[in-house]
Amino acid sequence: MFDPENPARRWHDMGGNAAGPVPTDQHDFSMWEKRVDALMIIGSAKGYFTVDGLRRVLEDMGEDAFEKMTYYERWIASVNQNLIEGGAYTTAQLAEKMAQVAARGDTYGDAAKPT
Amino acid sequence: MPHDHHDHLSPSGHPYRADDDTSLSYWQTMEIAVRELLVENGVTTAAEIAVQIETMDARNPSNGAKVVARAWADPAFHAALMDNAGDATRDMGFDIGPLKLIAVENTADVHNMIVCTLCSCYPRNLLGLPPDWYKSRAYRSRTVREPRSVLAEFGVNLADTTQVRVHDSTADMRYIVIPARPQGTENMSQTELAALVTRDSMIGTGVAKTP
Repeated sequence: MFDPENPARRWHDMGGNAAGPVPTDQHDFSMWEKRVDALMIIGSAKGYFTVDGLRRVLEDMGEDAFEKMTYYERWIASVNQNLIEGGAYTTAQLAEKMAQVAARGDTYGDAAKPT
Repeated sequence: MPHDHHDHLSPSGHPYRADDDTSLSYWQTMEIAVRELLVENGVTTAAEIAVQIETMDARNPSNGAKVVARAWADPAFHAALMDNAGDATRDMGFDIGPLKLIAVENTADVHNMIVCTLCSCYPRNLLGLPPDWYKSRAYRSRTVREPRSVLAEFGVNLADTTQVRVHDSTADMRYIVIPARPQGTENMSQTELAALVTRDSMIGTGVAKTP
């Protein structure tokens, strides 16, 4: 939300904005979400990025992503971007691997081979 | 009990959650690919990922409840906790990581609550992952502007004379609320006290249970 009184204020800086009731819905974390969380911790612990790097990509995604993507969808997008920038793998490797994964099946269980 | 498929309510009266068996998404595909590439390129191992997930799963509000109960019962620990919550909880054996952890204490006159207006910073190493509402636009936006109305939605109605302090967390600095000790708990053990400490009471959107 653009703030004409403070043009430098970005969308994620939402403290003080008007909003509706606090939602009470709660979901159980899926295995893939727990894995994203673990990849964030491990990638960060091994020096590929900092929490600032994680947040820089999240904030640059913009408000649209905040509304349309789930929390861990945004996180894997940011973790991936940071890992590529950190040299953990290349975009070509990612594209090839994602094509392989998608070809394994139509569900997460089919596509995530036992590791 | 007759089955009623029309209102989709469980026997407890709540709606059933939708099954979590959607088809493979683009982002799930990316998670699998990233994880496998990290293992293949020698950045991490499958075992290391599994251990990290187990470590995170093991963190839950009962850890924080033990800290609060000890602070209520042990004046020396209370002093250490208020001085440096990170070191005091590390000394109890909790893996707080490199974060700065600050304990803020509720009293008869002051009510503290925590938020992260910029993202989702939370004392996750002590309490586990944050509840979904903590990450919501509504909580992040309104808590610093109208904390009393947010508290009222959580069923916490404070006297007008109670001072409300809202603490905005950052990536490097996390807060935990030490709720006020309930009346009538003078003779309780730390284990009994810990059972009174809820997750929300340590976020400040709740109060400790009364025995």
